[in-house]
Amino acid sequence: MQFGIFSVGDVTTDPTTGRTPTEAERIKAMVTIATKAEEVGLDVFATGEHHNPPFVPSSPTTMLGYIAAQTERLILSTSTTLITTNDPVKIAEDFAMLQHLADGRVDLMMGRGNTGPVYPWFGQDIRQGIPLAIENYHLLHRLWREDVVDWEGKFRTPLQGFTSTPRPLDGAPPFVWHGSIRSPEIAEQAAYYGDGFFANNIFWPKEHFQRLIQLYRRRYEHYGHGSADQAIVGLGGQVFMRKNSQDAVKEFRPYFDNAPVYGQGPSLEEFTRETPLTVGSPQEVIERTLQFRDYFGDYQRQLFLVDHAGLPLKTVLEQLDLLGEEVVPVLRKEFEALRPSHVPASAPSHLELVAANDAKKTEANR
Amino acid sequence: MSTLAVVSAGLREPSSTRLLADRLAAATVRSLGEETEVVHVALRDHAHDLTNNLLTGFPAGELRGAVERVVGADGLIAVTPVFNASYSGLFKTFFDVLEPGSLEGKPVLIGATGGTARHSLALEFAVRPMFAYLRSLMAPTAVFAATEDWGAAGEAAGGLVERVERAGAELAGLIDGRGGASDAVSDAGADRYDNVIPFEQLLAGN
Repeated sequence: MQFGIFSVGDVTTDPTTGRTPTEAERIKAMVTIATKAEEVGLDVFATGEHHNPPFVPSSPTTMLGYIAAQTERLILSTSTTLITTNDPVKIAEDFAMLQHLADGRVDLMMGRGNTGPVYPWFGQDIRQGIPLAIENYHLLHRLWREDVVDWEGKFRTPLQGFTSTPRPLDGAPPFVWHGSIRSPEIAEQAAYYGDGFFANNIFWPKEHFQRLIQLYRRRYEHYGHGSADQAIVGLGGQVFMRKNSQDAVKEFRPYFDNAPVYGQGPSLEEFTRETPLTVGSPQEVIERTLQFRDYFGDYQRQLFLVDHAGLPLKTVLEQLDLLGEEVVPVLRKEFEALRPSHVPASAPSHLELVAANDAKKTEANR
Repeated sequence: MSTLAVVSAGLREPSSTRLLADRLAAATVRSLGEETEVVHVALRDHAHDLTNNLLTGFPAGELRGAVERVVGADGLIAVTPVFNASYSGLFKTFFDVLEPGSLEGKPVLIGATGGTARHSLALEFAVRPMFAYLRSLMAPTAVFAATEDWGAAGEAAGGLVERVERAGAELAGLIDGRGGASDAVSDAGADRYDNVIPFEQLLAGN
């Protein structure tokens, strides 16, 4: 199983000090957080993509390329890459370039975004959200697999004899996740291609995501990619830890109460009960995260949100220490002991994708 | 057996809005002439969870069950006090947090209360258009009860008693007429997961 963190990249005032970081500070903090993730033994760093304040990550491959140069093992990913409003040709180029620079340590997650005006700002129509996600990804999928593409669709200018460069590293396109919090169409899309499905379950109750993930698993099997329990599932998580549970609650409460997403709404206690948010000791985080497997089945990637709501960098780095030292080693061992041998342990790495490609070619040449 | 959900947005205890809702429910049950399960949802009990739902996007705690019971019922009676010439904010909030399509085709009887009959057209100008937008199947009669109605002679032509009986009979007729189709309609949300549109169809044209 792969463990990592995903960042929204929000610039938020620290409610306990009233201090707001500059964009430069926040961007550099994200890089520090990513390199720290590798240092404490995590596997993945994923950044969001946003095109409005108070968010900084509008240019994910620039940031991930820089992080790639400072890390050795970390998988660089996104959460999410806007498949609706980005030109799929540019996504194909940008991520293939990143793949080469990062020696294959790249995958990415497609999403439709949650900010309405981004559609018109990038010349698209929000009412076409799902059709855009479907057509654009279909083109992206071809651009990475066919050297020369002739293409015509509804949403962008046609392509005649187009080759997206650089070609994917070793001929193996990066692994793709599709993220969705409420669209069965996207679970169906992930199943159709045999791609991963990421359910960002952190803000809502589990029942909703059980239906989405069950749908994805069932359809993954239907399309012949393997059995339902072999489908590649990723989940979110949101944690704040201190050695003592009460210290965690006391320290996190002002950040919770003023958080941009749910601030001034339910109490910390109510939200903890209803959603995966866990504020407490490392042991409580371990127990809560292990429950995810009971709800959703064996899964392959767990991403935690740890750097939002104005938490200072120092605190975030302490959270990463706790994750790396106390939580993830236990979770790795426990999940691995429970996993049946026919279920993949993690999303395929670059080398595994290359090997699978080679096997397919050998098969075809027979 | 059918189930009848009764949503009332009265703020005080006891509440004349609740009283009107109960009367409408009783009239509907009498007209259905069969065993009917009546589920009452007093929105006052869910006021905090409704605000939280606006902020978080999901119904927590007891509100979740209330939403499920209303969406799953065969018929709905919805009664609001009139505030500032319209439904109350609490009443609107409840219908704002339901998933799109939840009340499509559902038989609905609307009612409202107010100090004087001068407020009665709020039903036709505010409440009815909202349910029309939600594509509910509305009883033609909407019942408004002003304070003075509670002291009027019972048998008066056009009086509250008659209006309640007529509206209840209309709603019962709509529930009967649907002949159990309500599951298919109200389950539209769950259906999106069970009967997914095959990807080849989504991809058509590409």
